[in-house]
Amino acid sequence: MSRSLRDVYGDSLLKYGKENKNVFALDADVSGSTKSAVFGKECPDRFLNVGIAEANMVGMAAGLATTGKIPFVNTFAVFLTSIGLIGARSLSSYSKLNVKYMGAYGGVSDAFDGPSHHSLEDIAIMRTLPNFQVFVASDEYQTDWLVKNAIDVNAPMYIRLSRDATKTVYTPDTKFETGKGKVIRDGKDATIIACGVMVGQAVEAAEALAKKGIDVRVVDMFCIKPIDRELILESAAKTGAIVTAEEHSIIGGLGGAVAEVLTSGGAKAVQEFIGLQDQHAECGPYNALLQKYGLDVSSIAAAVEKAISKK
Amino acid sequence: MSLTTSRKNELNALCNKFRIDLIELLHSIQTGHPGGSLSVCEILTTLYFEKAKVDPKNPKWPERDRVVLTKGHAAPMLYRVLAEKGFFPVEEMKTLRQLNTRLQGHPCALETPGVELSTGPLGMGLSACLGMAIGLKADHIDSTVYAVMGDGELNEGTCWEACMAASKFKADNLIAIVDRNHVQLDGTSDEIMPLGNLAEKFKAFGFEVFTCNGHDVEALSDTIDLAKAVKGKPAVILAETVKGKGVSFMEGKNTWHGKAINDEECKLALAELRGEK
Repeated sequence: MSRSLRDVYGDSLLKYGKENKNVFALDADVSGSTKSAVFGKECPDRFLNVGIAEANMVGMAAGLATTGKIPFVNTFAVFLTSIGLIGARSLSSYSKLNVKYMGAYGGVSDAFDGPSHHSLEDIAIMRTLPNFQVFVASDEYQTDWLVKNAIDVNAPMYIRLSRDATKTVYTPDTKFETGKGKVIRDGKDATIIACGVMVGQAVEAAEALAKKGIDVRVVDMFCIKPIDRELILESAAKTGAIVTAEEHSIIGGLGGAVAEVLTSGGAKAVQEFIGLQDQHAECGPYNALLQKYGLDVSSIAAAVEKAISKK
Repeated sequence: MSLTTSRKNELNALCNKFRIDLIELLHSIQTGHPGGSLSVCEILTTLYFEKAKVDPKNPKWPERDRVVLTKGHAAPMLYRVLAEKGFFPVEEMKTLRQLNTRLQGHPCALETPGVELSTGPLGMGLSACLGMAIGLKADHIDSTVYAVMGDGELNEGTCWEACMAASKFKADNLIAIVDRNHVQLDGTSDEIMPLGNLAEKFKAFGFEVFTCNGHDVEALSDTIDLAKAVKGKPAVILAETVKGKGVSFMEGKNTWHGKAINDEECKLALAELRGEK
């Protein structure tokens, strides 16, 4: 059984943050949920619980970054990228400040709390900010790399995490690179470009389609910005059918980013969009939500067949 | 230590020069914020020429004090003071707000030597100053962070979030200086959003509170010394000022928050500042 990404995040932040004395963690009174408390317990001098004040938290983080610190700001993705947006834009983005925005409970992973706590716009919002790098964690080993990479690389980053466990698609020694998507499985009939929890779903969809004789490539586009143009255009040229799959609105997120590349790159490929269809979800069990809102294996498989039929 | 009479005169002469240059500049470019630039003049001048430890030859010197203009719209006065201090040539002032300038309409820390933080959106500055203060303490650097704030800015709720946090984290290397000019863009602060008893408010948020005349360089200098001596909690100086100070027809008028200065107004203002009437 794979571990929840939040647990992996908490442990990784402690593991790497303990070594690097410049790492600070800030949290807005949800450190038990985000797991920043794991770091806070061991490194209390570098842990700042600012209370329920997200805007102040990101402002403080920006100030810390001006003194050479590497602040990780933690709260639910939905609050971080809305209430925390002014600091992200006017301080971290504009002044290239080395702040790490850790979006906990991305997508609908805070399932039972309902739409007020879901985050379905965060990727769209954060990727419009100049100088930001944007990542979506797809499995436990990648999450660990994302934390280490965030400490090693001086750039403002938004990293979307999940409350839950996702299907493990990598091994502990898998190498990742900023701006480079990972081809999880190759195929010639269509390409699913996914991120986050949808990567595991996409692999399952591809396996199901294989039984029907449909050969599907699966790409984990965990780095939304800078995006891997080369891989997207190569996939379009090779397969002629693209399905983007994300636990996010179909507007402006991974699907939007891929469409921008396809259009500006002159690709001859159709694209289908798996994601929230410009709507809020509701509360309920996580898997039931993914199924009801078309973020499940069968919806992805159906989208692939649809895309192929349009070629 | 109080200032000597000659030092006081020097600082006042600088302030007068800065005001004259500001009026000429904002008149020539027909854009920029005169009101709040004039009110914050003595505060910035006292900080940069008397109190703050900064090195124009080495703007990123780690041991420096951080002066942050959180009321970013007073950028023209900040730039004028920084230029006089030697962070960039005074000549460069004429590029303010123009294409390809390092002197953006509101301060940009990425471009302009001496600017510590990009400001403009109000309400974020004090939070960032607190982060700086905590970062400096973590490195055992004995420097002070000065947050030069507007009173209108205190309408923003984030300022008070930052106050709670500054108190919690015992940021005694953080001094907020409020340019209390009682006027904001749309009207007086009493009309637009009454701030009530600011001293009591800051006290309730855990600050040591000082009040002084924000146009008296000696009073500012002495009060900053008192604020620096506070231990275990943050300090705030409520510097009582007049918006548009020094140009009688601008004084206390919200309409001069960000209005362009015409030829006649420029002539009148300069005559007054030069003592010609």
